[in-house]
Order: sequence, then structure tokens, then C-alpha cells
Amino acid sequence: MNEIAIHTENLTRHFGAVKAVDGLTLDVPAGIVFGFLGPNGSGKTTTIRLLLGLLEPTAGRASVLGWDTHTQADEVRRRCGALLEHGGLYERLSAEDNLEFYGRIAHLPAAERRARMRELLERVGLWERRREPAGNWSRGMQQKLAVARALLHRPRLLFLDEPTAGLDPLAAAALRDDLARLTQADGVTVFLTTHNLAEAERLCTRVAVIRRGRLLDVGSPQELRGRAGGGAVRAELFGRGLDERVVALLQARPEVAAVRRQNDHLQIELRPGADVAPLVAAVVGAGAQVEQVRRGSASLEEAFLDLVGEQTANGEGAR
Amino acid sequence: MRTDSFWSDVGTVLWKEWRELFNPRKGGAGRSGWLSMALSVAVFGIFLPLQTGRAWVESPQMLVYWAWVPLFLVSGVVADAFAGERERHTLETLLASQLPDTAILLGKVAAAISYGCLLTFAGLAVGAVTVSVAHGRGRLLFYPPLVALAGVVLCALGAGLAASAGVLISLRAPTVRQAAQTLSIGTMLLVFVPIFGVQALPASTKAALAVRLSTLDPRVALVLALLALATLDAALLAAARLRFQRAKLAVE
Repeated sequence: MNEIAIHTENLTRHFGAVKAVDGLTLDVPAGIVFGFLGPNGSGKTTTIRLLLGLLEPTAGRASVLGWDTHTQADEVRRRCGALLEHGGLYERLSAEDNLEFYGRIAHLPAAERRARMRELLERVGLWERRREPAGNWSRGMQQKLAVARALLHRPRLLFLDEPTAGLDPLAAAALRDDLARLTQADGVTVFLTTHNLAEAERLCTRVAVIRRGRLLDVGSPQELRGRAGGGAVRAELFGRGLDERVVALLQARPEVAAVRRQNDHLQIELRPGADVAPLVAAVVGAGAQVEQVRRGSASLEEAFLDLVGEQTANGEGAR
Repeated sequence: MRTDSFWSDVGTVLWKEWRELFNPRKGGAGRSGWLSMALSVAVFGIFLPLQTGRAWVESPQMLVYWAWVPLFLVSGVVADAFAGERERHTLETLLASQLPDTAILLGKVAAAISYGCLLTFAGLAVGAVTVSVAHGRGRLLFYPPLVALAGVVLCALGAGLAASAGVLISLRAPTVRQAAQTLSIGTMLLVFVPIFGVQALPASTKAALAVRLSTLDPRVALVLALLALATLDAALLAAARLRFQRAKLAVE
């Protein structure tokens, strides 16, 4: 898909001496879940505020769904849904009234509003409790309601700012399931900020990594994993007889970058393009018994830490 | 901006504000439920009319109450308008919606004005019944039509004054408590500064002022007061409109 949902050019926002977003240039294709990853204070929330026209850029520009976020912010907000840092629910109002309010804001006709409210609340399992004040609910339920609210007017683009932050693992998993289902059903583009890398890996088609307001890398999770550690591939060997002698044998081979022995298995870091089969044959030839071989690249978490750590080592952290 | 959708947006904000007013609060300052509404009507519709007697419905001087009561009532709720949204972390999501700035502002002002006016009218209606029962000897005593008309306008403008000032203060205040305190001080100054100011004047000046006032046609005085109030309301609302900037509010 070639359509671009979000386009930024040198987007910059300063708060005094602090560069919250620093020359961000990025394209987000339409119809995908795009992960915007970064540690706390890296500029993720400020970027969302800039894209929604809630902040004016210090320099640069951005367009969302073809509308300029500075001069046509009303058009942007009309077409986008948002679940921001705080859920933004009116805790004294019932779930139904919360949705009713935002349905009226979107000028949905009464019948359509009611049908859509029912559809969304049923999908997230909250229909039976719609008359309860949202403030009486658990955080997980509140976040589900906030997601339903953000999707109520069928936005073409949904901003989600750390939607599972503060949720217990069960609630977070349930919300992720709902998110995946709801966004897929509506075919909506999602701009998801998170520092939960497993979540990003599971939900996102493309991800960008940001630190101290600067874009470090962008690509599919596989691409980022592949680029981590210079594109190294890993292999894990499980079995018997994997002793220091085997470690020494492997370390001597040119296609092996590093070998670590952990309990009953070996972790082997291969140089780019290396094949695992000859290594297994060599290990077996040395008298060891190999029961299982796992091959893979670095996890997204490792890729993220690699990127962020590299940036810190290059002096970014001292800024 | 289409006019009909703009007023629909104002109505949407008004609807939400009223829903919140009727829902019980979980602590925090500045919001009312059914209980405080009933209490207001009891004070201004039963207690004060019983204390005042027939003058409650017959004396034109009671117009001062018609202006003061909504001022007091609105001050109690309007502090919550923006400071409350900020405190409860709902402001940013509201600002991220498609609602126009002016619709949000007017919706909140309209909610505060309607709250003050409706409770005042309810209090005055109950007050007329109270005075009739206590002093009417079987007759229904009611406010003279001209006084009632002036009173309605005064009430709306008094509520407008408190609502516009309150929204302006609430936009700037970091918490509801701080907004409510600033509003309370402002209301007290508005009431007590003229009273003590006049008392502090030299006797000769007071006498001259009394002569001047006695020669003034009460209807002209009333019209002048209404015009002054309307001008003040408009100026405060314009200041609030200028102050309402999404970018600034989101940062704060």
C-alpha cells in the first residue's frame, strides 16, 4: 500500500532548552499498525500532540491523512481517534454516557450512535455494565472503554499512547487482543507508542525507534532485528557433551562471532550469512550429542537496546 | 464552520456538563449534586423569604438578591470547568476531539449560567409560595411584573458575570481548589468593596451621593446597571476566548 497516513519533515518541538522532538522525518503508511518506540521521555507523547495539532511545532511540518497539522488541525482531529497518556474518561459518567458524549461530538445520528456503542461495547465485553460509572471500573476495563471511545466515529487513524501501561499482564493481553481485533475490523491505521517491545513485536507491521526526540531507526520488526548487532544471526544448541572442548572448537571457526555456554546449551552468535548445519556436524563429529537446534536473529528488545545503547555511547545521553 | 453544527457542539458540551452536575462526586471541590441543589432552593426559597416576609416579593430592593444569588451559585460550580478537566486528566482528550474551541468555552459558560439561573428561578418561585403561605392570608403573592422582568435579566447577567469570570479563572488555575478560592475572593470583593467603600467616604460625599441617587430615576439606574453588567460579561467572555488556546492548554 503506497498511501501515506502520516508524513513529517524535520518536525521539531522545543520546551525551552529541552528538545522534545528533534528534526523528526518520518512516513507512516496507511492501513498498518505503526509502533513508535522509545524510552520514557524520548518524545513519543510530544510527537502525538504535534500530530494532533495540540502543540505547535518549533520547526518543520507534519501532515496527517493529507491535512497539515498546524493549519488544518480541525480536519486532522475530525478524522482521528486518540487514546492519550491518560484515558480521558469522565469517571462520574457511565460508560454509556462517555460514549454518548463523544458520539455527539462526532455528530453521529442518534440511531447510528446507539448501534455503534452497542457494537463496540459488546466487542470489548462491557455492554452489560454500560450503565455503571466508569470511575468504578478497573484500569483494564477503563482502557477498553477508552479504546471503544476512540474508535466510535470510525476514525481512519488511531493514536494510542502507551495503551497497556500500568495494566497487569492479563489485562494488557486482553486489551492487546481487543485492539488487534477492533483495528483489523475497521481497517484503521494505528500509531502506537509503547516501550513494551513484546507488544510492538506482536502488533506492529513497522516500528520506529526514537530517543531524546531523534529518530534512530525505522523498519519492520524483522528488519530492526536483522540490523541489530550488525545483522548477526543466533543459534542455540541443546544436548549432551557440550563442554569447553566443543566451545573451543566452535570459537575457532571463522563463521562464529561468539559462543556462550549456559547450563545445558550453547548460544552461538554467527557472522552474517553463516550456516548452522556445518557447525552442528562439527559438534557431533567432536562426540557431543545434539538434541535440539534453534536458529533466529536478535529479539526486538535486543535490537532496541542495541540502538538506544549505541546512541548513548555516541554521546547522545550527555546532551 | 456550519452554524447548526456549532450550536449542536455547544449543546453537546452543555449536555455533558449537566450530566456531571447530577452525578455524585467522589471528593474534590466545586461540584454539586442533587443535595446541594435542594439545599440552595431551601435556603433561597424557604429560609430567606421567611426571614424577609412580604418584602421578599414586594420590595424592588430585592432585585439585589436576584443578581447576587446566581453569582453565588455559579461560583460554586464554574471553578470546575477547565481546572477540573485538567485535574481529572480529561482535558487533553477533550482537546483532541473535533470540538471547536468556542463551542467548548460557550458550552461550559452556558452550563454554569443555566445552573445558576434555573436554581435561582426555582428558589424565587418557591420563595413566592413560601411568602404567600406565611403572609398571604389565602392570597398568592407574586413579584410585580416589571420587577420580575428586570430580575430575570439581572439574574442572567449576574450568572453570566460569574460564569465568564469563573471560566477565565478556571482556564488559568492548576487545580479546582485554587480556582474556587480565587473565585470566592473575587465574589467577596465584588460584594464588600462597594459596601465598605461607600462607608469609608466622607460624610459630605455620602450625602451628595445620596442626593444624586435620590434624584435618579430608578428605571434609568436599573438600565445603567444592566448595561454595565452586560458590558462586563462580554469583556470577560472575550478575555476567556482569547485565553483559550489549545496549544497552551495542552502544554499546561
